[in-house]
Amino acid sequence: MSPEHREYLKKLKRRGLFIHASRIGLLLLAALLWELAGRVGAVDPFIVSSPTRVVKTLVSLARAGELLPHIFATFAECTAGFLLGTAAGVLAAVLLWFCPILERVLDPYLVVLNALPKIALGPILIVWVGAGAEAIIVMALLVSTVVTVMQVLAGFLENGRDKGQLMRSLGATRMQTFSKAVLPASVPAIMSALKISVGMSWVGVIVGEYLVSKRGLGYLIVYGGQVFKLDLVMASIAVLCALAAVMYYAVAAVEAMASKKF
Amino acid sequence: MNAEITASLEGVSLTYHEPGSETRAVEGLDLAVKKGELLSIVGPSGCGKTTVLKLLTGLSAPTRGRVRVLGTEPEKALPRIGYMLQRDELLEWRTIEKNVLLGLEIRGELTGETRKKALELLKKYGLGEFAGRRPSQLSGGMRQRAALVRTLAFSPELLLLDEPFSALDYQTRLILEDEVRGIIKQGGYTAVLVTHDISEAIAMGDRVAVFSARPAHVKREFCVDISGSALERRGKPGFSELFDLIWKELKTDEPGA
Ligand SMILES: Nc1ncnc2c1ncn2[C@@H]1O[C@H](COP(=O)(O)OP(=O)(O)OP(=O)(O)O)[C@@H](O)[C@H]1O
Ligand SMILES: [Mg+2]
Repeated sequence: MSPEHREYLKKLKRRGLFIHASRIGLLLLAALLWELAGRVGAVDPFIVSSPTRVVKTLVSLARAGELLPHIFATFAECTAGFLLGTAAGVLAAVLLWFCPILERVLDPYLVVLNALPKIALGPILIVWVGAGAEAIIVMALLVSTVVTVMQVLAGFLENGRDKGQLMRSLGATRMQTFSKAVLPASVPAIMSALKISVGMSWVGVIVGEYLVSKRGLGYLIVYGGQVFKLDLVMASIAVLCALAAVMYYAVAAVEAMASKKF
Repeated sequence: MNAEITASLEGVSLTYHEPGSETRAVEGLDLAVKKGELLSIVGPSGCGKTTVLKLLTGLSAPTRGRVRVLGTEPEKALPRIGYMLQRDELLEWRTIEKNVLLGLEIRGELTGETRKKALELLKKYGLGEFAGRRPSQLSGGMRQRAALVRTLAFSPELLLLDEPFSALDYQTRLILEDEVRGIIKQGGYTAVLVTHDISEAIAMGDRVAVFSARPAHVKREFCVDISGSALERRGKPGFSELFDLIWKELKTDEPGA
């Protein structure tokens, strides 16, 4: 390694550290301003809450042994919805790639499904699968499946056009074209679909909990709003942010692993 | 002429149909490739040169006429044809070695022996130390050579090269022309080279077929009786005369001429 290269790496590392520090700093700054605004009376902490009140709320929830079950319920529903939804979405995209006629026929239906606000299906879901965790999971699944199908299929089709020529010229079957060219070439598209669908699953879960739940963070938010406990609402949202971030970074880590391989 | 014919097109026409248009790409085209020869095809841009290669591989079917390759129908001959596309199309997520082995893999012919042979080819063409690299880490000329090795790796009986050097700078191009003609001649391959560059067609080919503007047919064929490598041929007497002849033949086709 030349001295210049070592210098370059050092610089890169310093910059990375700076960016991380800035991110954390920004969060702390926002919390500080929020807290101060309440303390000096610029805003009413009863309406907008404050970081200390959020922390207090979380601590008392945790003391009462309620925090973790709520978090776990939401997290489990979201994970289930996300995994089932993306699996179903990717499988559907594969099927549609292998059947171009089916793809053409179903295209407008996909577009309509994608445009439809899934919350409109809430009452039907409750009747069909009951007003419990199932309805919430199905809601998350619905919301994440449709985007996954559209994103992944678009990736398959584009790469099929690009690489199809080469594969056919080498005498590949459609199966080989898919497994050796289209699928690996679509890994980035699949990964970005996962990132979108992980966010979509949170939307689905919270919407589902608004509709039916007696537990979970979505329930806490609705309940807090109804009884005017804005501290509870803010605390739940803060936890939700943290959870969503954790899941997003988990997907990003998977993506990083995949991009090393492909 | 009693030389064995490796590939032939007889009275071949092909029309592309699209919702808004109909393109006559090839019409009444006769062409034969003799065993062991390197045939260059030149023609104006968009005249149907790539289409003719697709006809030879069976990737497109003629609307009329007959195509025979390696004594059979093109689709049946495809596994014995090495077709190098206009773009190098290396798969970015595979190493050079794995890219080169792709054809063998698809044909189910990947054995220790064929792998060894492919790697030897890589070495021979100066890519030995790049076997483990990704395509994006190679220069344009190296990528092109890797694509050529991929095409040669499964020992094709007929090579089809579609403007293999068009993306390269002039110097690399001259060097590769020289190398590739050497490879083809030493290997005893039968090859068809499509290009829009007249001097490349002469420098590399044993014979040059000049295509008309679309719909393509063969306007004239020229034998290149100049000895030596591609680079040497460029400086030899007869080269520029042939260039002028082909130039005139192509020019009479230009729009407005
Ligand atoms: N799949 C296709 N569908 C419809 N038209 C096509 C198709 N492929 C080629 N064509 C048309 O047929 C004509 C001949 O195309 P072709 O690719 O064979 O030309 P070419 O001589 O290889 O051109 P270039 O020198 O630019 O590579 C062009 O007008 C092109 O637009
Ligand atoms: Mg072409």
